[in-house]
Amino acid sequence: MPNAEWSRSEEPLRVSILAQGGYLIASIHTALDDSQLLRFRSDLLQRIGHDRARGVIIDVAALDVIDSFACHTLRSIAQVARLRGADTVIVGIKPEVALTMVQLGASLEPVHTALDLEEGLEHLASSGLSGSFLPGEDLA
Amino acid sequence: MMSAVGQKGHDVEEKESTEGADDRILTEDDTSLLPELVAHLHDNRTELRQEWATRIDDAHLLSAMTPQEVFSEVTSVYDNYVEVLETGSVEELRRYARDLSERIIPRGVETNDVIEIVLLLRDVLARSLFEKYRDDFALLNRVLNAYEPAANRIAITVAGSFVEERERVIRQQQDSLRELSTPVLQVRERLLILPIIGVLDTDRARQLTDQLLQGIRTHRARVVVIDITGVPDVDEAVADHLVKTVDASRLMGAGVIITGLSSEIAQTLVTIGVDLSKMNTVGDLQGGIEEAERLLGFRVVRTDDAKR
Repeated sequence: MPNAEWSRSEEPLRVSILAQGGYLIASIHTALDDSQLLRFRSDLLQRIGHDRARGVIIDVAALDVIDSFACHTLRSIAQVARLRGADTVIVGIKPEVALTMVQLGASLEPVHTALDLEEGLEHLASSGLSGSFLPGEDLA
Repeated sequence: MMSAVGQKGHDVEEKESTEGADDRILTEDDTSLLPELVAHLHDNRTELRQEWATRIDDAHLLSAMTPQEVFSEVTSVYDNYVEVLETGSVEELRRYARDLSERIIPRGVETNDVIEIVLLLRDVLARSLFEKYRDDFALLNRVLNAYEPAANRIAITVAGSFVEERERVIRQQQDSLRELSTPVLQVRERLLILPIIGVLDTDRARQLTDQLLQGIRTHRARVVVIDITGVPDVDEAVADHLVKTVDASRLMGAGVIITGLSSEIAQTLVTIGVDLSKMNTVGDLQGGIEEAERLLGFRVVRTDDAKR
């Protein structure tokens, strides 16, 4: 699979990574195949070091499928980001996508998930601890 | 001469075309007997109706209805019956049978009763035909050739319409039950409650999860309290589904609190070995809402306490 898609992976990725007040906001615009996901991972992790980000928000609202490889990649991004000092929040999972993920047994634990970008930013702003039951616990 | 041959040929053609049509009840041989049969049923309308009503009464069918009601329905069915024999079309009868079913189903009339009643009429009429044609066995045979298929078809039509109507009622009730039974309610900003009442089957559980996830999105909920006080029994499949619902909600950024686990259900879950470690459970709905308020940073204070 990665070999077959090698030529395409040289194209610019359809993911925008924006810096915003110490946070990085990565929006995935279209479905990514496995090699593109891996490229996205290395790009993002580089940017974390480069921008000295304190938090990362990955917006997956455009994805209609999040398979186990995508889950694994997203989890590993969060773990590496944590080691480099940034908390990760994944936002924008659609209801049907959430249901499918659960049915397939794909899990994002212990990465924090939030409804949308706004909620994700709020979570990071409240110095979110990933893995806590709720962002509200920190707010209260 | 020519015209006679032409006429004959035309006749044959017509016979063939009518034979092919499904709506026809009789073979052309016995078509001539049809008016006679109908006339017989017309002439003996009063006695045959009465006989039928008596037989229904003897068999203790339709006991939920008064004798007057039974007799008036008997009359309608009888007339429809004769009409079917006369015209060969069951459409009118089918419409009437549906209408009748709609009226009698709420009164607890069972499918068995309906079939038995129709068969009784078939029996009553057949006996009267035996009586009338007993001296001419060949003619009786032909009359029965004409009568039997029609009578069978009528019985099937009436019973079929009854069952159809019953199924329609059941479907309608299922639909309304399904819509009624899974409300997703917002009680505070960002707090939803989902009181589940009644048995959870796979279909309903899926629909419920769909509604909850949509609700989380539209209300931007952070906490959801699922109350299962009204669920009589929780088996492995339902427990598994609850766990999945919790996980899916969490993926959408909402925490879930489960309340109302009775001690029996809690024991069952432990016995089955469902992993509930990831679930936040609180004893009752009140406790669940209080916990949710705490998580969301609400504090509910009595007005006189606040004044102090």
